[in-house]
Amino acid sequence: MKAGPLTLFALLYLLVLYAPIMLLPIFAFNDGTVIAFPLRGFTTEWFGLLLETPALHQATRNSLVIAVSVAVLATCLGLFAARAATRYRFPAKTGILAFIMLPLVLPEVIVAISLLVVLMQLGLDSGNWSIIAGHTLLCIPFSIAILQGSFSNMDQSLEEAAIDLGETPLSTFRLVTLPLVAPGIVASLLICFTISLDEFIIAFFLSGNAPTLPVYLWGQLRFPARLPMVMALGTILVVLSIALLVIAETFRRRGLRRAGLKDSGGFL
Amino acid sequence: MRDTSDTGRPQAIVTLQDVEKYYGEYHALRGISAEIRQGEFFSLLGPSGCGKTTLLRAIAGFEDISSGTIRLDGRDMEGVAPNRRPTNLVFQSYAIFPHLTVSQNVGFGLRKAKMSPEDKRRAVGEALEMVGLGDFGARAAHALSGGQRQRVALARALILKPRVLLLDEPLSALDKKMRQVMQVELIKLQREVGITFILVTHDQEEALVMSDRIAVMFEGGIAQLDDPETLYRRPASRRVAEFIGMMNFLPAQVTGTGPERIEAEVAGLGRVTLDAGQCPGEARPGAAAVGLRPESLTILFDSGVAHDREVRGTVAEVTYYGDMTYYDIALDGAPDTVSVSARNMPGRRVLERGETTALAWDPRALSLFC
Ligand SMILES: Nc1ncnc2c1ncn2[C@@H]1O[C@H](COP(=O)(O)OP(=O)(O)OP(=O)(O)O)[C@@H](O)[C@H]1O
Ligand SMILES: [Mg+2]
Repeated sequence: MKAGPLTLFALLYLLVLYAPIMLLPIFAFNDGTVIAFPLRGFTTEWFGLLLETPALHQATRNSLVIAVSVAVLATCLGLFAARAATRYRFPAKTGILAFIMLPLVLPEVIVAISLLVVLMQLGLDSGNWSIIAGHTLLCIPFSIAILQGSFSNMDQSLEEAAIDLGETPLSTFRLVTLPLVAPGIVASLLICFTISLDEFIIAFFLSGNAPTLPVYLWGQLRFPARLPMVMALGTILVVLSIALLVIAETFRRRGLRRAGLKDSGGFL
Repeated sequence: MRDTSDTGRPQAIVTLQDVEKYYGEYHALRGISAEIRQGEFFSLLGPSGCGKTTLLRAIAGFEDISSGTIRLDGRDMEGVAPNRRPTNLVFQSYAIFPHLTVSQNVGFGLRKAKMSPEDKRRAVGEALEMVGLGDFGARAAHALSGGQRQRVALARALILKPRVLLLDEPLSALDKKMRQVMQVELIKLQREVGITFILVTHDQEEALVMSDRIAVMFEGGIAQLDDPETLYRRPASRRVAEFIGMMNFLPAQVTGTGPERIEAEVAGLGRVTLDAGQCPGEARPGAAAVGLRPESLTILFDSGVAHDREVRGTVAEVTYYGDMTYYDIALDGAPDTVSVSARNMPGRRVLERGETTALAWDPRALSLFC
């Protein structure tokens, strides 16, 4: 194929988009505290330093606890909402669904500030649980979007067939519904986990004195000497996020294949 | 195969009594009453939207009825969940579980059965054998053709030995050839297992070919319930007559009615005397219509032999089907053309447009609709 001007544009576009991220691993392995070219040499010192910083470990633990809780909560709620949206008719359905999907377009700052105001008014301490609440709100729309696809791809008479063959509604859910939407559930879990792990604004407003990983990272930027370590941590986060998203998408596509369906959209 | 009670009459397995169903304002089922007998092949036939699926799903337990009773095997089904009814449903989409193999699909209903794993495996094998899919057990369900899916759905439902098997347009997704093959297979299968089949279809030919009895439905009500032959020969209304097969209608004037005989003047045919049984409902003097099937008029190719009842007509249109030819013929004295069928036999030529011909008819083949 001949490289036309459009190809050139596309390459340039990708370069501008991802070059800054490419700097992360480059400086993470650079043997020097100043983030500037020329590079000094190769080192894994900064990664080693990560292991020796207790505050970082605490932040990681916080982030993991929050991300796992959010993934489970948002996916469960998303599962109910998606099933209701695809299987039942009820009054004001479109309105209710639009309302649930709202956080998708709401500025995060607004969500964060409102949550903080509510907490303060109630005289409650902010902490992991309040971040979990905020992130769950944020993640539910993603979970619904993924699971709605799984449910609407599934022939409704499959559930009826299982009941007709003697299963109860509950065992039908376990034997037929769950296996058929399982790839969607896994995809939803992974994507919610990733979103929560990377989220900064809500976590920043609500984390108090127990920062999450992104908030901790941001805090370290004040110390120039720690910059290479931040780069190393950033590298790990980027790799982890991409890996999780790829796995999520793989599961989503496997679900479609299993149901013998064509792919129509998706996140990746 | 049919199990008969003391009176010698086949027992009712499904009894429908004044079944009504409303979807909000919409009256989907209107006063449905019928008895479906043990071991029979029963069809619900009607145009799209007449409520066939609704009635079938009501019997299966997937739709609540607004009033009336549905009895299965003598037991009132009010409030009985679908998984507790002695029925199984073959869905129009077949509803094969895509995440399971063919064997797992067929054995799905046996999960709670008190059987040893070997017995279950044997039952699944036999069920697959019965529908001609003996070697397909390990196949993934989504890698099947339409006809194969249909067979899996049948095996999966029949393995539970339901008292009644409900089939919602099971053949409509198949092409014409496959459909004919499956029609014959379904009839054979039904005779073999002796289970009552209730089939929903909008294809009158399919219903005639397969059923012991047919209920013709229009707008949520049963218009006629009879065996195929009666349905075809003695339709209860003009609407049923038009829906089942092809029928010509000639304007008529009823001139005299009696307890046994009806006198009428029919356009194109002249004065006829009919048996009272040829008129569904009450015959009364005045304008009416006489129906006759395309095969009830016989084209007299070798004119010379005299017939008592002969009419003359002009061929207006010829449609050649190979084994049969259908002619549109303008009868002398009749306002519209009538459709007449003739079997193509050796030595018999096909008439051409514009030719005139003599036709014989038999008054016993007529139906009078007042
Ligand atoms: N859940 C529902 N809510 C409202 N109306 C319904 C519902 N289900 C069916 N109907 C209406 O009831 C009528 C009968 O529907 P049904 O599905 O029984 O028709 P059918 O005879 O099976 O037609 P087809 O041959 O097209 O399948 C239709 O007019 C349909 O629109
Ligand atoms: Mg239908």
